[in-house]
Amino acid sequence: MNLTLKVWRQNGPTDKGQFKTYEARDISSDASFLEMLDIVNEGLESKGEEPIGFESDCREGICGVCGMVVNGAAHHSTPRATLCQVHMREFKDGDTVTLEPFRSKAFPVLKDLIVDRSAFDRVITAGGYISVRAGSAPDAHVTPIPKVLSDRSMDAAACIGCGACVAACPNAAAMLFTGAKVTHLNLLPQGQPERYKRVQAMVEQLEHEGFGHCSNHQECVRACPKGVPLDVISLMNRDFIGAQFKLRS
Amino acid sequence: MEYKLESGAPSGPIQTAWDRHRFDIKVVNPANKRKYRVLVVGTGLAGASAAASLGELGYDVQAFCYQDSARRAHSIAAQGGINAAKNYQNDGDSVWRLFYDTVKGGDYRSREANVYRLAQVANNIIDQSVAQGVPFAREYGGLLANRSFGGALVSRTFYARGQTGQQLLLGAYQSLMAQVNAGTVKVIPRTEMLDLVVVDGKARGIITRNLVTGKLESWAGDAVVLATGGYANVYYLSTNAMGSNVTASWRASKRGALFANPAYTQIHPTCIPSHGDYQSKLTLMSESLRNDGRVWVPRNKADAWDEGAHKVGRRPEDIPEKERYYYLEERYPTFGNLVPRDVASRAAKVVCDNGQGIAYEGRGVYLDFADAIGRLGENTVRERYGNLFEMYQRITGDDPYKTPMKIYPAPHYTMGGLWVDYNLMSTVPGLFVIGEANFSDHGANRLGASALMQGLADGYFVLPYTIGHYLAKKGAQPKDTSLPEFAATATETKERLNKLLTINGRRSVDDFHRSLGKVMIDKVGMARNAEGLKSALAEVREIREEFWQNVSVPGNDNGLNQSLEKAGRVADFLEFAEVKIHDALNRQESCGGHFREEHQTGEGEAQRNDEDYAYVAAWEYTGPGNEPRLHKEHLKFDYVALTQRSYK
Repeated sequence: MNLTLKVWRQNGPTDKGQFKTYEARDISSDASFLEMLDIVNEGLESKGEEPIGFESDCREGICGVCGMVVNGAAHHSTPRATLCQVHMREFKDGDTVTLEPFRSKAFPVLKDLIVDRSAFDRVITAGGYISVRAGSAPDAHVTPIPKVLSDRSMDAAACIGCGACVAACPNAAAMLFTGAKVTHLNLLPQGQPERYKRVQAMVEQLEHEGFGHCSNHQECVRACPKGVPLDVISLMNRDFIGAQFKLRS
Repeated sequence: MEYKLESGAPSGPIQTAWDRHRFDIKVVNPANKRKYRVLVVGTGLAGASAAASLGELGYDVQAFCYQDSARRAHSIAAQGGINAAKNYQNDGDSVWRLFYDTVKGGDYRSREANVYRLAQVANNIIDQSVAQGVPFAREYGGLLANRSFGGALVSRTFYARGQTGQQLLLGAYQSLMAQVNAGTVKVIPRTEMLDLVVVDGKARGIITRNLVTGKLESWAGDAVVLATGGYANVYYLSTNAMGSNVTASWRASKRGALFANPAYTQIHPTCIPSHGDYQSKLTLMSESLRNDGRVWVPRNKADAWDEGAHKVGRRPEDIPEKERYYYLEERYPTFGNLVPRDVASRAAKVVCDNGQGIAYEGRGVYLDFADAIGRLGENTVRERYGNLFEMYQRITGDDPYKTPMKIYPAPHYTMGGLWVDYNLMSTVPGLFVIGEANFSDHGANRLGASALMQGLADGYFVLPYTIGHYLAKKGAQPKDTSLPEFAATATETKERLNKLLTINGRRSVDDFHRSLGKVMIDKVGMARNAEGLKSALAEVREIREEFWQNVSVPGNDNGLNQSLEKAGRVADFLEFAEVKIHDALNRQESCGGHFREEHQTGEGEAQRNDEDYAYVAAWEYTGPGNEPRLHKEHLKFDYVALTQRSYK
């Protein structure tokens, strides 16, 4: 199939940026979306032109590196898929496809479709962990954990930190990302000692990074490639309010 | 140069070797630890766990990764699980059995003392991960669940759905970020190590390129730890991430670290077959699928792939039972579909070479769940493999609940790596190598669910002790990047980048990488022979020569330039490939993942030659275009009797 691509090109964080048009020719419907971009880029490179900057690494939907806004949807509109998992059979010959970076104040554009998501690392650094030195752990079976609880924790832990939730949110909030980590750890017995300190520190960091607030649009859950459930946000809010009392006493 | 390849593993009973060694090696005074700076390159399971643990001990740690966050290293893609000899299933597992299985699975080409230590500390990894909040699968009683994996007759694999690597890496990453918060570790992302700085014969620093600004920077420390993964991308198509590369290891090798067993590569049996020449990478489907899936091909070639028609002769659902060849079950009745990876991969190649393949270019076999669905019900199968089935369907458009999966082997993991002693130190003092980047524990073939185990064992429970021995002996050094060695190494790096940018050729970097990959998979892949290897050597040289005259690297080096990043990595693969081929030529036996067609049993199984080849081949770089020089570490087996591996 043949496609017309309208691609956001931006040289660096301070550059103004603009859309440029490219043609993608003879693309197989079995190719992945990123392979289609590889083909376009190889064409540009062999002409000595700079390829379109986009990131990807594992190309199997788990590293969370890839991601851009395709035709207005973070990672494209395919449900529960990262962009690297989208295949060209989702498109038709002659389609025009628009490619933009994830846009949010907290994710500055570095080049073309590549953004800086280091704010996520700083949110985790603020408290997204259980403090346990290597060597100090008790036997793994000391604390049985009900399967239901462990499964819910795993649902939240499945987050890959891609940032689609932020890109999809009209407020550019990172509540799904942060709620996922808070829920993963706060549900588990091992996470209890730092439960309230954790949620407070992480939410404060969110504010500091310039992410927006949640006003229940739920666009984040629709965009999430890993199906992280919406209730991680309510659990985080509950613990955040709880923290105001628990930490005072 | 003269190298004495002594492992330094303690003599005496293997069961107490690690305890005695920990007592015998030097320890750094807690108050002095902050005076030592350790540079850790790579933040996968090995690197993140090492950096976090060293930070917890109080060392001054700087951790580097090329990704935008330490959480994204390719360990994250490991699906199936992690082994440990907890014996929670009461099925007769023990440290000894895990040790034995790993040495046997590695086809008797690993170092016994290292493997025993690995088996010993594996249990601590499970404890540590659970304490970190890793949500391993559990039974209804609240205790941890296990599953079986290839090459073992006990159920010892812990898992978190099909995302075990992700969950373990997030555990290590979170511990790392906790240390960042505590101020002991600094993480420097989007930064690629381009060379090692050696001062007075010791590793004292690294040269990096900031991948956003293009700036070359020098970093000095008391020791350097490489945790930079494997070299499977030398094949272009592999299950590795797009960015996985050999650069750090290869640069270190050019600075004096011997490269051990580069011929050993694991070709993983269960990957999604290629679809066409635009294919950019191959996707692994967890080996755990072989627990319940049955592997087969049509008995009749007419039902197999027809390249002209671009489809199979008959749909798999329409092929009756007696016309299906369940080749693993027939050839290996004891282990059946659970034979080790190297055996399963070669068996798939044999049936496809015989014209029974069922996917693009005749390269593919079926992995069928119809029986499992009949026996267990669709819900149980969904619970065990749901996310893998979903992933498969997304890529291929086929529904594995209704039609068999198509799979084919793909390069996946590399058992070779930089040579290290029992302390995980390379032949360059002060340069430590951990995880997949070293060669030490898996011999010629790695068993499933053992990579996560080794990466975390090295990072949490081995390196943090052994590095202290080196540091305590040397004393803290000034962290001085103004030494002339730093400037000289940085200048060489700069010149190399300039050269890549000024060739202004006509062929893209990927195009060269594809050519290299084709030679490597055809002639240095699942089956090798002397003639093919010799011609591969000549072909790789030709590709390399053309690369340096005709590669196109647009842009400049003072900003984000992905073509330049790739060009540097491919240039190193083009050099590394040669030593890999030399190693494969030298090893005139078949063992594990290294199959020389000249050396096979009457039944087509790998034929080892223990008399002449029970050694680690460690290669010394001897200058551009020169043949590498071989050094040997002879392997002694005091505890495991060498036998012909049999899974029949």
